[in-house]
Amino acid sequence: MKFTGTDSYVASDDLRVAVNAAIALQRPLLIKGEPGTGKTVLAHEVAKALKAPIIEWHIKSTTKAQQGLYEYDAVSRLRDSQLGDERVKDIANYIKKGKLWEGFTHPERPVLLIDEIDKADIEFPNDLLLELDRMEFYVYETQQVIKAEQRPIVMITSNNEKELPDAFLRRCFFHYIRFPDRETMTQIVDVHFPDLQRNLLREALNVFYDIREVPGLKKKPSTSELLDWLKLLMVEDMSPDALRSKDSKQLIPPLHGALLKNEQDVHLFERLAFMARREQRQ
Amino acid sequence: MFVNFFLELRQAKVPVSIKEYLALMEGMDKGVSDFSVDDFYYLSRAILVKDERNLDKFDRVFGHIFKGLEAVPGEGIAAEIPEEWLRKLAEKLLTEEEKKQIEAMGGWEKLMETLKKRLEEQQKRHQGGSKWIGTAGTSPFGAHGFNPEGVRIGQDKNREGRAVKVWDKREYKNLDDTVEIGTRNIKIALRRLRKFAREGAEVELDMPDTIRSTARNAGWLEIKMVPERRNKVKLLILFDIGGSMDAHIRVCEELFSAARSEFKHLEFFYFHNCLYEKLWKDNRRRHVDTFSTAQLLHTYPADYKVLFVGDASMSPYEIAYPGGSVEHWNEESGQTWIQRVADTYRSMVWLNPVPERHWSYTPSIQLLQQLSSNRMFPLTLGGLDSAMKELNK
Repeated sequence: MKFTGTDSYVASDDLRVAVNAAIALQRPLLIKGEPGTGKTVLAHEVAKALKAPIIEWHIKSTTKAQQGLYEYDAVSRLRDSQLGDERVKDIANYIKKGKLWEGFTHPERPVLLIDEIDKADIEFPNDLLLELDRMEFYVYETQQVIKAEQRPIVMITSNNEKELPDAFLRRCFFHYIRFPDRETMTQIVDVHFPDLQRNLLREALNVFYDIREVPGLKKKPSTSELLDWLKLLMVEDMSPDALRSKDSKQLIPPLHGALLKNEQDVHLFERLAFMARREQRQ
Repeated sequence: MFVNFFLELRQAKVPVSIKEYLALMEGMDKGVSDFSVDDFYYLSRAILVKDERNLDKFDRVFGHIFKGLEAVPGEGIAAEIPEEWLRKLAEKLLTEEEKKQIEAMGGWEKLMETLKKRLEEQQKRHQGGSKWIGTAGTSPFGAHGFNPEGVRIGQDKNREGRAVKVWDKREYKNLDDTVEIGTRNIKIALRRLRKFAREGAEVELDMPDTIRSTARNAGWLEIKMVPERRNKVKLLILFDIGGSMDAHIRVCEELFSAARSEFKHLEFFYFHNCLYEKLWKDNRRRHVDTFSTAQLLHTYPADYKVLFVGDASMSPYEIAYPGGSVEHWNEESGQTWIQRVADTYRSMVWLNPVPERHWSYTPSIQLLQQLSSNRMFPLTLGGLDSAMKELNK
């Protein structure tokens, strides 16, 4: 089992080694990086490349670690008991499997994605230590041990909103997805839009990296935003010249809504562009 | 060799444990790294480093330990230094005579050449084994940090293969500890200050109570609800504004906007230099719309947590004596007012944007440090973290 990138995902060397290490050594892989650099997509692509099923667990601020293991639906059991349902005699009928349970008992070795772990409560990662380390847990209600026969490939993404505890980090491998340079970006775009005109791409990348360079942006546009924008440019059939135009009427790039996501940034960009124009004219 | 690597990583304060070291051994045993140095670098990085802030430290140690492991022909110094620093550096390092020579020999190219040699010499004198200029604070550039607009010296673009070893590129420089204190980071730090309580409308199912009540009800389902958990920390921020604070306005803005979105019960007021009998909310109308400090003490109950933000840099008279204020005649000294605030609110901290190492040179900072019973923290991420811990006590 080796991951080498797929035809729709450009994986850098370091990412490849990190993923392969996680697969070979059966440890969870923690992935961090700017939003929109393909953290979540990576798990999907790994699953695709290895032809493994993917199980996704999206974490929210209210998610509890227990929910990943199983949940005991006491209320429906109570209700059933009042209705005289036969199922009520067996508590196992009211145990709902969580994503980890699903992953542990899957007939094939699955890819288990724990998405945005930093969104959960501070204690969340600590509650999963043993489960991720030994890949087993105990179901109190039925007194059985659920143990993974084949350890799933666990991928965890984080946006860095919370520091993860050291004990948790010890058990993971770590990879930080750097923002791709121009060369890699060209490859990435090629993979997604193979029939994009060369010169349009060049101009678009120029504009894109220029925007990223603008100091003080609240949210720098990232890969996924670039891809969206290119898609728009293609749909609108924009010509490369339109991007290059230094027309003073048009201060900011066309369809900028895909790149700049809040009005302060648009405003800032307009102001800077205006100043740049003025300097040029002088 | 690897043990050394491991120990040196620990020395460089990269938090690695034996568990990770063993994992690395296991990884090599299983042949993940494919016997190539680059792959080994990637593998060890994925296993040993757990936080992007440590990536740069890791690169430095790796470069040091495995120096010369893969000799790249013609490898010189590869550092990214903005041109102007180089020029400055050149001025420092080269003697007048040399400079004249250079001018005679012809310009910048030559200068770089000489400078490169000079830097190489200088490197050897560096302690701590830091390999490149600009590392570990031993170089003349250390304080400036990383600038992406750098020029490269010692790198020939036409050379075959890679000019710089991967780890020597030190691409993660800007992720190192000197993390800019951005709104997002501040928010994370502020999140330490959370105290959840159930208040308001009952919207969540209270499982234990439902089961208890149902059991007591002889099996007839009786559903109990509880209100949602909410952060009930109340925060009162007092900003020093104007004068010497102008230099810190950005970080204060960031702190403010982060705090505003993080706390529901947040009140803020401004003061100038030191707290006296008046505060204001709108800086433009500061002489018209004022709020008396005495009223503040009565209005906000003692369970508010008070956060002073100010550089505390002024003449000690402004704190210690009546009439010391630079703007008006104050009947009572600033000290008295701050003492009152400290007496009313049990949780109080002072955040100071002035770097901590300068504090001891400013008597007024020490004075306020005492007044806040040593609860003054620098306005950095670390300081903010400790301040929040203090407020949580």
